[in-house]
Amino acid sequence: MSSSLAIEVTGLGKTYGTLRAIEDLSFTITKGEVFGLLGPNGAGKSTTLRILITLLRPTTGRATVLGHDVVQDAAKVRGLIGYVPQERAIDRFLTGREHLVLLGHLYHLPKLEAQERIKNLLKLVELEDHADRIAKTYSGGMKRKLDIACGLLPNPQLLFLDEPTLGLDVQSRLRIWDYIRGLRDQGITIVMTTNYLEEADLLCDRLAIFDEGHIRVIGSPKELKAGLGGDSLSLTIHNARPDMLERLSAGLKPLPFIRETRTKDNVIHVKVDSPEKSLPAVLEIASRVDCQVETIEYHRPRLDDVFVAYTGHAMKGEFPEVESE
Amino acid sequence: MTTQHYRQEVLALTMRWVRRLSREKFSMLFTLVQPMLFWLIFFGNLFQHAADTQVFQVENYMSFLAAGVVIMTVLNNGLSGGVDLLFDKENGFLERLMATPIHRTSIILSRYLFVITITSLQILVILAVAFLFGVTPETGLLGVAVILFIGMLFGIGLTAISLALAFSVKSHGDFFSVLGFLSLPMIFLSSALVPLAAMPGWMRAVAFLNPMTWVIEAVRPLIISGWAAALPQVAIAIGILVVFDAICLYGGAQAFRRAIG
Repeated sequence: MSSSLAIEVTGLGKTYGTLRAIEDLSFTITKGEVFGLLGPNGAGKSTTLRILITLLRPTTGRATVLGHDVVQDAAKVRGLIGYVPQERAIDRFLTGREHLVLLGHLYHLPKLEAQERIKNLLKLVELEDHADRIAKTYSGGMKRKLDIACGLLPNPQLLFLDEPTLGLDVQSRLRIWDYIRGLRDQGITIVMTTNYLEEADLLCDRLAIFDEGHIRVIGSPKELKAGLGGDSLSLTIHNARPDMLERLSAGLKPLPFIRETRTKDNVIHVKVDSPEKSLPAVLEIASRVDCQVETIEYHRPRLDDVFVAYTGHAMKGEFPEVESE
Repeated sequence: MTTQHYRQEVLALTMRWVRRLSREKFSMLFTLVQPMLFWLIFFGNLFQHAADTQVFQVENYMSFLAAGVVIMTVLNNGLSGGVDLLFDKENGFLERLMATPIHRTSIILSRYLFVITITSLQILVILAVAFLFGVTPETGLLGVAVILFIGMLFGIGLTAISLALAFSVKSHGDFFSVLGFLSLPMIFLSSALVPLAAMPGWMRAVAFLNPMTWVIEAVRPLIISGWAAALPQVAIAIGILVVFDAICLYGGAQAFRRAIG
């Protein structure tokens, strides 16, 4: 296997009794990228993540993390990765610092090195002032920050985040996104699950769309959106006659950045490559052929559209629960 | 995995339990005080005059009851030994621990070390309180050491049951239901409160199948009779406990493997 691969998954499947959680998944994740597993609850993304971090054994297929098999070399894999679980996996009777000290021992860090790392991590997640308070008193956002510090303690090359901003308020969410970008800039490979389209769109270099235990499509958010045929422009023409629309359509077709045109009643739909070039040109041609434009709608495909296109249904729930900082 | 790493893990995990207990002062008070207050002092004094010396074969009911209270404490601590891991499982902390490069058994071992230490301390406190009420173990300090050893052997199997349950149940509601269902019959269908001879026939028959009876029958003569009467009973109890522990540990290991694998 190539050394630029962080993760390689082939034919991965997991069955619980008769329930197939995931089926025949194959994909690779390159070192240094932020890779998103996107999908609704129960789509199989958490199962996939749990197999990759060695907490679940696959029923079929295999997966390697940084070149080590997640079943045979589980202990080796555990030592190389960091994990931030979905639940606020916090012991409410321990202080923030005690969490990190405990984990330092579990990663077998020498005392001085552990102290040094803990100091830096508390600074990174801005918990220095609260480090010696019992976690019971932490807000949702602070618990999440502590979670992330715990995930980073082993100094991992590969960090797994399970729903990193689930249930957080807007401010905390933005802060967590900043950390994730910062980590990517340091060259850490990040694998995260999310059911927030916006989050996947903003953070992920590439993502896999999960639905009913299958990966429907993999690509960068940009590619996926472009794959839907580009942006679309709809013009409604005042007092339109069919011949006016035909002339407009004929005028637009030769332009290089126009992909296709379609007319219906008094509306013309145009698929375009870039808004900057197409908008002025379309308006200019419209006025040249005496079409009076009543309204213009510009639609850029969003990840929602990608999701619908590949799964056949909409993904519910944009940031439903909110917990205050 | 070196032994040095293993020691580091187990120590850190054990200290976590100790730290938690010290933070839950209220719960700590109850854990330590409840058995002696409720059973030993209240029950002991309440039944002092009701208890027929012919039936109990001792002047002081409390000296009869002490063995029962010691072993009830072992029972309660053992059967609830898995609760904290159950909460860890429910809030995801266990998963965080399992994602670190620790040996799987260190979590279990840390729990054992903690439960056994706490239980031993409690046994010593119970015997000390009984001493204040005039109960002096006939077999002396060596007898107390044997009581601690027997308590530990019994606790190992009970904690295994509790851990197996914790890893198998869906919610802590289920866990506490099963626990409640298990612990009271274990107490009443044993010789903790009344001697076997004073039980109705069918209860005595069931009590004979209860390992707790055999454990109490070994601890009691250590307190009220002396070595001659106690030794054969201790030997029987140890034999039974070895089998009991083997079965419980096997079951616990299966449940653990199922939950983790």
